[in-house]
Amino acid sequence: MNQLLRFTTAGSVDDGKSTLIGRLLFDSKSIFEDQLEAVQASSSKKGFDYVDLSLLTDGLRSEREQGITIDVAYRYFATPKRKFIIADTPGHIQYTRNMVTGASTANLALILIDARKGLIEQTFRHSFLASLLKIPHIIVCVNKMDLVDFKEEVYEKIVEDYKAFSSKLEVHDIQFVPISALLGDNVVNRSQHMDWYKGATLLHMLETVHIESDYNHIDGRFPVQYVVRPQTREHQDFRGYAGRVAGGIFRVGEEILVLPSGFTSKIKTIQFGDEQLTQAFAPMSVTITLEDEIDISRGDIIAKPTNRPESNQDIETMLCWMNQRPMNLNSKFYLKHTSRETKAVLKEITYKLDISSGQRMEGVSQLMMNDIARVKLRTAQPLEFDSYRKNRITGSLILVDESTNETVAAGMII
Amino acid sequence: MNQYYLSHLKELESEAIYVIREVVAQFERPALLFSGGKDSIVLAYLSRKAFYPARIPFPLVHIDTGHNFPETMEYRDWMVNELGVRLVVGSVQESIDKGRVKEETGINASRNALQTVTLLDTIEQNKFDAAMGGARRDEEKARAKERFFSHRDEFGQWDPKNQRPELWNLFNGRKNIGEHFRVFPISNWTEMDVWQYLFAENIPIPKLYYSHKREVILRDGTILSTSPWLKLKPGETPTEMTVRFRTCGDMPITGAVESDADTMEKIINEVAASRKTERGTRADDKRGETAMEDRKKSGYF
Repeated sequence: MNQLLRFTTAGSVDDGKSTLIGRLLFDSKSIFEDQLEAVQASSSKKGFDYVDLSLLTDGLRSEREQGITIDVAYRYFATPKRKFIIADTPGHIQYTRNMVTGASTANLALILIDARKGLIEQTFRHSFLASLLKIPHIIVCVNKMDLVDFKEEVYEKIVEDYKAFSSKLEVHDIQFVPISALLGDNVVNRSQHMDWYKGATLLHMLETVHIESDYNHIDGRFPVQYVVRPQTREHQDFRGYAGRVAGGIFRVGEEILVLPSGFTSKIKTIQFGDEQLTQAFAPMSVTITLEDEIDISRGDIIAKPTNRPESNQDIETMLCWMNQRPMNLNSKFYLKHTSRETKAVLKEITYKLDISSGQRMEGVSQLMMNDIARVKLRTAQPLEFDSYRKNRITGSLILVDESTNETVAAGMII
Repeated sequence: MNQYYLSHLKELESEAIYVIREVVAQFERPALLFSGGKDSIVLAYLSRKAFYPARIPFPLVHIDTGHNFPETMEYRDWMVNELGVRLVVGSVQESIDKGRVKEETGINASRNALQTVTLLDTIEQNKFDAAMGGARRDEEKARAKERFFSHRDEFGQWDPKNQRPELWNLFNGRKNIGEHFRVFPISNWTEMDVWQYLFAENIPIPKLYYSHKREVILRDGTILSTSPWLKLKPGETPTEMTVRFRTCGDMPITGAVESDADTMEKIINEVAASRKTERGTRADDKRGETAMEDRKKSGYF
């Protein structure tokens, strides 16, 4: 069975990120003739004597004009083993919010290191963000090996440095691969220049990394999105709760607990379209019916009597501020968490994080765009949540500006 | 390896259904833009699954250019009946008659660009606050950065530089009066995914997609079907070819491909082996490198 792997790449103009993506697409034969022709034409118009594969991933006009990637762009390719979605994000510090966006749905992060430069500030930043967003897997690509004569010592030194640094991160699955995106070494095809490297190619790693446990299959969580009431003669009494399983496994006949009301019942049916299922797990979208008629609406969460989420109005969270206008103490927002919406106020900025050094700064009263901070929020109604570490779905939230309706912050509940 | 994981197609299906349900939960007057093409067909079937056994709780909207393939219209009417859903038609001909838009002239004239005005008028007249479409991010560069929930200002315009960040599966559909959203539930699907899904779910599609004999002309490397709206250049003579269509747009600008694929399996094999994108056959996308981006900004699909 073909699985889906979502991964994110972060990088700046010259570390070869676009070239690497272009190479993955090209060597896995995911580039169509007309796309390649367009890129060939642009390359020769710019006077390049090679086909600039990075042009394949440069989207909007302003980006092409400035030669930078300013937003998250999504790319797709497939091999006989897996289908891949790449969230391609710019790597400069001023685009932290784009990286956070791309990372939020990723199973895996590709970290690029220029073999000539070794670990730089950007490496720390990207790795830290991957850890903060709880991306389960990291692959570190030591790129531009061709420019250091494919030397093993250079690669080993970088691997060693990275391991020393990453012991402080909360990412447990880290793999390394020496590559040349420009020439294609160890991207899809094995390198002819690095006999000393016995590991897998990058594509092989992407095809085989173990992602089956990336979703939480332990703590039963089913946020109710919508109540299905056909109100037709045939289905007069039908009341189904539509949603997407956020954690755990739900089975027909099992006892459940509805929050915040606290009512209990048993699962009568689990349906998907006209199919009847016996169980559902994350990330399945299903419709659940219950044995008892109880009052349930959007925003409620179905859990298990023996395993319930936390419930609180005071929410400790790591927050990434994403708006040009700064965030001040006591500002109010709409807060979106699973299918629930409520109001929230910023009560305290505990500390701001320097994401390049990991240092904490206390006594901050304002957050600027791209800042990351630990804060305390107070909500109008209690939230039923898990820590982000335990569940990325029930542990995440966004803040929305009351007047402009813009999404202004991303939060990861501690 | 445990048993608790989904195939990529099942995961995409669940994601799309989740998005469709969010639309119905967050908006008052949603609608589904239905072109008769395979992507909007998939969207309509997903909508049925999302709310079963209830009916689809929003209408299908068809922007009728008046230059449709007859097969598309036949399919549309069959499908509306099959799903028991309401149909709203926005007519480009009416927009022309009312003087809202001016018909293009010349040999490559197309009504494609005119659709935007009719679409925005239809949205406004019906007070739709969310219009779902079958656009996919793999189709075109400008679409690669499109959000699932894409905000449009009161003029229906898209501002690619000022898009809302979209995190996890938390979609922000809040808006001011007069603004609306375009929503793309199958953003993450590729052309191949759509075909595999149609096949797996045994969903009928318009006959156009299957190989058939047709009277065509060859213009600038594109195979175009003859029709009352196709003006022939001197020296162009129609011939019969065995072709099929990969997309289902306006008759005078939608190119065919030579093909013997007369079953779904054969189409999937052909798509897998194809070295050209499906939009490579669309004359409207060849009007410059940023043709799609420019149209999207002004409110195109």
